[in-house]
Formats: sequence, structure tokens, C-alpha cells
Amino acid sequence: MANHSSAVAHQFDDAEQQFEASSLGMWVFLLTEVMFFGGLFIGYIVYRTAYPEAWAEGSNTLDVMLGGMNTAVLICSSLTMALAVHAAQTGNRKLIILFLVLTIVFGAVFLGVKAVEYSHKFHEHHVPGPSFQFEGEHSQAAQLFFSFYFAMTGVHAVHMIIGIGYLLLLIYQAWKGLFTADYFTPVEMFGLYWHFVDIIWIFLYPLLYLVGRH
Amino acid sequence: MVSHVVSLKIYISIFLALLAMTALTIQVAFLDLGPLNVYVALSIAVFKALLVVLFFMHLRYSSSLTKLFVVSGVLWLGILIALTISDYFTRAWQNPPGGWVEGVEAAPQPPAVNPH
Repeated sequence: MANHSSAVAHQFDDAEQQFEASSLGMWVFLLTEVMFFGGLFIGYIVYRTAYPEAWAEGSNTLDVMLGGMNTAVLICSSLTMALAVHAAQTGNRKLIILFLVLTIVFGAVFLGVKAVEYSHKFHEHHVPGPSFQFEGEHSQAAQLFFSFYFAMTGVHAVHMIIGIGYLLLLIYQAWKGLFTADYFTPVEMFGLYWHFVDIIWIFLYPLLYLVGRH
Repeated sequence: MVSHVVSLKIYISIFLALLAMTALTIQVAFLDLGPLNVYVALSIAVFKALLVVLFFMHLRYSSSLTKLFVVSGVLWLGILIALTISDYFTRAWQNPPGGWVEGVEAAPQPPAVNPH
């Protein structure tokens, strides 16, 4: 394609239909992701119901403030992502780049805090495996809780890392002037992905950090 | 313009609402509401997710077809959860796979069958 900005692939009637197709495709992908994370959530529900005390003990060893800060950081990154889409819609190239960079910064802060939390867990021997040690009453079942903690936050973090990689590509493309007020589909579609990852965290935070806190 | 432009005012309001709901869910977590705690926490999370989906992800302004897809996806997630818990929660005498009863050793494995 020589000219991206006005290109409508020949199977589409117009730019609007083309955008609609991309949007629908992206939502279908995100719904497969919902089912993927849904499997982890249903596992969480089954085992939490079987071992509620162990879940509370494990959950109480997590840092509410670090997790809460990360929730706020992720909401900030969602806002900057939404603003990047807004800048793309209004054709403001400099603002697209600025907001995408800010989104990366917030994403990196989130992963940094996560790394600090993980390293605490390693020092405290709360990582499931041969060297797992837990001072609580329900040590065995707490190991299951930490398995869910690491699986769910780990897969979430992988999504963030992939997102940051794609953000770098988008910044490069915006820098090259690929996006105009008529064509900004990749920015909008990536925005859907980024907000989806935010939503996963919105559920992970109360389920892992807050449950059993009282 | 191929997609709806949401005003900056709406984005900022949603952002502030999300931060406020986060503060609220932390506050509520420290109150003892008995079994209600988890439902309150999940209701707040669902509300936050709705705000993100409707405004940040523009679903409110999307076509009916997109809305139908999203609703059916959530419906299928509901089926996944409903069928699984209706199975596990009605078989309380069995532990979930990989589970055990606290303080009881794992059931001994049946002895290996000697082919001779």
C-alpha cells in the first residue's frame, strides 16, 4: 500500500466499514482473552471456596498499598491511552506520541512495582515450590493461593510487557506520520487491548489483595 | 471521522471515578461485612470494568453488532462460571483436584499391579 492514510482495502465499501471490521475482529480476540483469564478466575473461585482460611492468610501477606498504587498507576495509563486515541482522532501527531510515551512510563512503573513485590515473595519463600515456607496455619493450601497469585499476576504482566513492545512500534509509526485523523485504526485497536489488560487488573486486585483483609 | 470522538471532559470524569472507586474498594475491604465483603469488592470491580468498557473502549458508541459480540462473550463466561461452580459446589464431599483435607495425609496410592 503506497498511501496508508486514505487506503481502503478493496473488499470494503468505505473507511467506516473497514474500521468496523477491525474493531469487531479486535473485540473477538479480546473475548478469547476473557475466556482465557476466565479459566484462571474459575480455578480461583473453586479453590478459594475449598480453602477460605488459607486464602485469607495468603492474601494478607500481600501489600495492599503497593497493589493499590499499581491499580492507580494502571488507571492513569488507561487515561493516557484514551487520550492518545483522542489525539489520533483529532490528528495531533505530537500529542499521540506524548500520550503513548506516558502510557509506556505508567506501564513500566506498574511492572517495576510488580518486580519489587515478586522479589519480596522470593525473599520470604512465598514462591510455590521446594523452598516454600509459610508461617500461617494452612501452609499447604496457602501454597495453592500463591500458585494462583503468581499465575494470574504473571500472565497479566506478560500482557503488559507485550503491550509495551507494541506501544514502541506505535510510537515509531506515529513518528513516521502514519496516523492521520482519517486513519488511526492501530492506535484505537491497541487502546482496546490496553484497556482490557487494565480491566483484568481491576478484578485481580480485589480478589488477590483485598479478599480476607477484614 | 470513522469513530466517535469522546470529549476530554468524559475521559477525565471516568478517570476520577475509577480512582475514587479504587479508594472505596480499599476502604471497604477493611470493614468486616462477613460474607458480603467479596460481593461488595466484586460489584465495585464490575462497575469499574463497565466504566472502562463503555467509555475508554468506546463500546457505548459502537455498533449494535459489536455490542452483541461483547454481550455474548460475557454470557459465555457466565456459562463457564455457572456450570463449573454448580458442579463443584454440589459435590462437597470431594476435594477439588490437587486438593486435600487439612491435617489428613494424602490417600495412599493403590499398589502397583505386579504383572507376574
